[in-house]
Amino acid sequence: MFIKCILALFLFASLGQTAEKLKIGLVLDKGGKEDKSFNSAAYQGASLAEKELGIELKYVEATDVNSIENLHRQFAKKKFDLVIGIGFAQQDAVKKVAVQNPDTKFVIVDGEVSASNVRSLMFEEHQGSFLVGYLAAMKSKTKKVGYIGGMDIPLIRRFAVGFEAGVKHFDKSFTILENYIGITADSWNNPAKAKELALNQYQQGADIIFVAAGASNSGVFDAAEEKKKLVIGVDSNQNWMKPGFILTSMLKRVDQGVYATIKDLKEGKFTSGTVRYGLKDKGIDYAMDKYNEKLVTAADVKKLDAIKADIISGKIVVPDFYLMKKK
Amino acid sequence: MKSFFGFLFGLFCALMIVLLAGESPLYILEILVRSSFGSKYDFGLTLFYMTSLIFTGLSVSTAFKSGLFNIGAEGQLNFSAICMVVFATSYPGITFPGSLLMILLVGILSGAIWGAIPGLLKAYRGSHEVIVTMMLNFVSAGISSYFISQKLQNPDSQNPESPIIGDAFRTNFFDFLNKLFPESPVNLFFVVAILAAVAMYFFFTKTALGYEMIAVGENPSAAERASISSKKFVVISLVLSGVLASGAGMNEVVGYSGQYKIGFSPEFGFMGIAVALMSNNHPLGIIANAFIMSVFHKGASDLDIETETITKDFSKIIQAMVLFGVGLQYYLNKYGVTFSFFNGFFKKKKLNSSGRV
Repeated sequence: MFIKCILALFLFASLGQTAEKLKIGLVLDKGGKEDKSFNSAAYQGASLAEKELGIELKYVEATDVNSIENLHRQFAKKKFDLVIGIGFAQQDAVKKVAVQNPDTKFVIVDGEVSASNVRSLMFEEHQGSFLVGYLAAMKSKTKKVGYIGGMDIPLIRRFAVGFEAGVKHFDKSFTILENYIGITADSWNNPAKAKELALNQYQQGADIIFVAAGASNSGVFDAAEEKKKLVIGVDSNQNWMKPGFILTSMLKRVDQGVYATIKDLKEGKFTSGTVRYGLKDKGIDYAMDKYNEKLVTAADVKKLDAIKADIISGKIVVPDFYLMKKK
Repeated sequence: MKSFFGFLFGLFCALMIVLLAGESPLYILEILVRSSFGSKYDFGLTLFYMTSLIFTGLSVSTAFKSGLFNIGAEGQLNFSAICMVVFATSYPGITFPGSLLMILLVGILSGAIWGAIPGLLKAYRGSHEVIVTMMLNFVSAGISSYFISQKLQNPDSQNPESPIIGDAFRTNFFDFLNKLFPESPVNLFFVVAILAAVAMYFFFTKTALGYEMIAVGENPSAAERASISSKKFVVISLVLSGVLASGAGMNEVVGYSGQYKIGFSPEFGFMGIAVALMSNNHPLGIIANAFIMSVFHKGASDLDIETETITKDFSKIIQAMVLFGVGLQYYLNKYGVTFSFFNGFFKKKKLNSSGRV
C-alpha cells in the first residue's frame, strides 16, 4: 500500500510536469549512444530536438534481440507520442508493435515498414560512398585503397559498392582491398579486430581506408595514426577524433532525419511512408572542417563538388547494391 | 531456502546502491515487480527468459554435482539450436507428428554431442573441462555464423538470421500456454523446463545413477574404490548437461521464433552459472532462482525506460549485488554460521574435524 502511494505520487508529479510536452522514445542499436558514429548521430538529432523544440526525450539501448520488441512495446504502453527505432535490426519489432498501437507514431531508420503510423527513413549511402571513393583515389599515392565494413550485411555492402565505383570512376587501374569485421551485431563494437584488419590493409600497400563500422571505427583510426596513413570516417563527422589522419567523413545525417521527423510531428505534419535522404538535400554529404582543411585542398573540394553535382543531376549513376541484389 | 537471507541481504544492498544514483529504492522495486507481473505480455516474456535459465541452470548444476564446471552451456544451446534449424530446412517435407519428434531428437542429440566432447576428453585425455567447454562455445558460435552467413541467410531480412522453419516442426499451433499470454514468447517449453527440474530432483535423490554421480563428484577416488567408474560418470554428466542446455535452444527455435537469430541468447549459458550457484545446485531451487534472474533481466530494459539514471549497465550492478549476497550466505553456511527463523538468528553449529557442517 505504501509503495502504491509513493508510486501514485510519482505518477502525478510526472503527469503534472509533462502534460503538454511531446514524449519521444529513442531505441538505440547495440553500438550504443557513445559509438561516435551512427547511434551518436541519432542521439544528437534527438537531443537537439529536446533543446530546441521542448520535447521530452528518453533513450534506451537494447540488451538482446528479444528485448527490442519489449522496449518498443513499453514505450507504446507508456503513451509516448513517437518511438524512434535506430537501425535495420528493429524493423521486425516496429512492424509488429506499430500495428497494435495505432495511436503511437513510429520511425524506423535504415529499414522500411509500411503502416499508417510509421515513417521509414532511408539514406542513399552509395552516393556518399562514391564521393569519398573518388576523393580517396585522388589522394592515394599507391593506387591501392581499402574498405572495412562492420557487419557483413546488404546495407554495408551498399557502402562498399558505392566506394568502389567512386574509386574506379577516377582511375580504373586502382586495387581495392575489402574486409568485414564479422557477421554479428558485435562487429559494430569490436575496435581491436578493426585495427587488426586496418594494419593488414596498410601492410598490403593501401594508403587510405574507408571504414563503416560504428564504434569499431576507432580501431582503424588508431591504426592510421600508428602507420601515418589516412582514413575516412562514417555517419557522424569524425574528423576531430584523429586530426591529420582522417581525410574526411562520409556524413549520413541521421541526426537531421530524426530532428526533421520530430519537428514534423510537433507541427502536426507527420506523414507515414518512406523518406529518402541523399546528396540532394544534404542528408548524405562529406565533412569539411578545420581538422581536415590541410588534407583536402580547395581545388579538391571544387572537383568533388563537380562530381556531386553530376550525381545529383543524374549524369553519373552510382550503382546501388540494393537494386543489384534484386536483379 | 538456505540462501534466502543472503538473497534479501543482497537485494537490500542493491537497493541502497540505487540511492547513490539518486533513485528511490521503493520505486525501483515497484518497477521490477511491475516489469515482471505488470501485464500478460510482461509476465510471458519473463517466463520465456525463465524457461531458458532453468535449462541452463540445470545444465550447469548437473555438471557441478559430479565435480565438473561446465562453462559450455552457451555453446551447447547454440549448437543444438543451429542443428535443429539446419535439419528442419534440409528436410522440409516431413509431416507433423514425426517432424516434431525428429527435430527434438536432433536437438537432444546435438546437445549430447557437444557435451560428450569435453566429457570424453576429460575422462580419457585429462583435458580440463573448463578450457574445452569454453573453447567449444567459440566453435559453436563459428559454426552457426557459417551457416547463417553462407547457407541459410533469410532472404527477406538484413538481420543475421535463418528463414522460419515449417509449422510442422514447431509447437505453436497447439500451444495452450502461449494462448494464455498473447503476443508474448512464452511457450510449452516452460512446462517442459519445470518437468525437467522435477525429474532432475528425483534423479539425484531417488536413483542409483544419480547417487553414483554425486559420489564421483564428492570424492572420485573413494568412488573408484566403491567400484564406481569415475570416467564413465564424467562423460555421463557432461552429456546430460549438454542435453539439458539444448532445452534453451528448443525454447527459442521450436517453441517461439522458429528460426535461428544470431544473438538470440543474451548469454543464457553464463547466467545459468549464476542460477546454479545461487541455488546451491538444488534442482528445485533452480526454478526459483531462474525466476529471480529473469525478473532482473527483464527489469533491466524497463528500468532503463522508467528511470533517469538506472541504465542497463547499472542493472548489472544490481544483479551482481544479489549474487554477492547469496555467495556471502553460502560462505557463512560453510563456516557454520546459519540463520534460522525458529532458533534465533545466529546459531553456530558444531564443526566436525573436516570443517564440514
